[in-house]
Amino acid sequence: MSESRQRIWAPLLILVALVILWETLVTAFNIQQFLLPKPSAILGNLAQVVVTGGTASADESGAERSLNNRFFVVLPGRLTPEVEEHLQSARWLEFPIGGRSVHVVRGSNLTPILAASWFTLKEALGGMAMGTLAGVAVALATTRWTASREALLPFAIAANSMPIIAFAPIMNNWFGIDNPFSKMAIVTVMIFFPIMINTLRGLISVDSRSLELMHSYAAGDSEILFKLRIPNALPSLFSGLKVAGALAMIGAIVGEYFGGPRIALGVFITQEAALFRFASAWAAIIVACLIGITIYLVILLAERLALPWHPTFRK
Amino acid sequence: MTEPVVVLENVDKIFGEGAEDQVQALQEINLQIEQNDFVSLIGPSGCGKSTLLRVVGDLIQPSSGDTTINGKSARQARLDQDYGIVFQAATLYDWRTVAKNVQLPLELMQFSRSEKDRRTQAMLELVELTDFAAHFPWQLSGGMQQRVAIARALSFEPSILLMDEPFGALDEMTRERLNLELLNIWRKTGTTVIFVTHSITEAVFLSTRVIVMSARPGRITADIAIDLPQPRNSETRSNVRFFELETEVRDALRISEGGREVSQVSA
Repeated sequence: MSESRQRIWAPLLILVALVILWETLVTAFNIQQFLLPKPSAILGNLAQVVVTGGTASADESGAERSLNNRFFVVLPGRLTPEVEEHLQSARWLEFPIGGRSVHVVRGSNLTPILAASWFTLKEALGGMAMGTLAGVAVALATTRWTASREALLPFAIAANSMPIIAFAPIMNNWFGIDNPFSKMAIVTVMIFFPIMINTLRGLISVDSRSLELMHSYAAGDSEILFKLRIPNALPSLFSGLKVAGALAMIGAIVGEYFGGPRIALGVFITQEAALFRFASAWAAIIVACLIGITIYLVILLAERLALPWHPTFRK
Repeated sequence: MTEPVVVLENVDKIFGEGAEDQVQALQEINLQIEQNDFVSLIGPSGCGKSTLLRVVGDLIQPSSGDTTINGKSARQARLDQDYGIVFQAATLYDWRTVAKNVQLPLELMQFSRSEKDRRTQAMLELVELTDFAAHFPWQLSGGMQQRVAIARALSFEPSILLMDEPFGALDEMTRERLNLELLNIWRKTGTTVIFVTHSITEAVFLSTRVIVMSARPGRITADIAIDLPQPRNSETRSNVRFFELETEVRDALRISEGGREVSQVSA
């Protein structure tokens, strides 16, 4: 129990320490925000903590009158009507502290980033579904017809050594720049190989004794497939899925760099960067990263549920 | 007189192709095994005893010669599911519980659900693993895993049980206990057992007949009837006749290996 707690807390502590270090270094060396924005500036695009009320003290008199996408803002004295309205409409939480009130509000870029993330996530998941289906289907076919394995595998390996991102402009051309299917196609091609090769390895690398056992029971090919090869392949299919999960978000976002609808995450990042709004580009990158981690965790959970017998989960 | 269960006539098995790569694994094997016999195959490594077992079980085709099992071809016998097999490694399927592993042949042979459950229950009782029915193989010790493998091999009541060094990887204590258990099972089920082993003591203790083989080419050099009284138990091991038979098998092995040593010296 304490060991599993440590597994959660240790990385979290390191993360917090790194973020604090990042913030201090950027402030101390006065690094320009287009080189590296402060973590607080990045976070401010997603959420803000605003302290209002009280009277402006001497050193606060020159304080800013607007929210300006910063993570932590103190606005003493009277508020402008725009700020007042924003605090109302974007409010998540409000509580008083020592005569002032603290508002936790939605960051101004949270809504567009989440919408873009959802759009891109759908592309990634669609591509993952198609790539997984195709990879598993080809792996099953090459297991069933051994001759096709020798004939097809060189092509699969050659296709895998091609830089698949280079296909992005062509896919955009084939399916249309605004059509999510063009990005799904890129993701499909990208994850096909890791899924196929991992599944194939699991289907083929069956213990020879296990096979002899099946033959001694006079089991047919399809019984051997369903009762031996497929269960044997599930752990390696999941290894393939974990690789594919990371590739899927990368494929979808990079595909969007070559053009896509305004609502896509890749397009959002390129546009914000082009407009020198690096903090919000970084915020989008962080959300993309969180989505990637979530996909990985979901696959891990599915693996745990599907393979309770697997050595990885032995206690 | 009933027909023999296994009849091998002039069975040869040559592995590899081309004069240099060829290995004669079996040469002129003639063997008859009667119903309810417990026959051990013993010999030095590479003498082809596992190959012989696989020829009987139709997992390997002989290069020449005839194999008749229960009055039919080995292939037909395999398709009729006449064989139960136990290997040195338990070869349980990791993703199946103990009960599900025992059920595997019953599933393939389309036994009814109630019959499957009944037999699984009975088999687990036979090998004394009822409490472990819901466990996965990795949660069991090596000896327990091997007992599951035996239960699986017996669950569909095959007429012939083929065992390839089933206790070879186990410690001496476990091996002796499983020897007794196996004899018990053999008495209760009345199957014919062909048992490959490295151990002279094990062969003599278990068998009604010990077949001694020599290596390269693999041939039968001695066929020793083990006339120890049945049922055998731990006292059998201290029987004078037990030691005599052990010596007889050991001498037969020495002669069959001696030939090889001489040929190695001359080479």
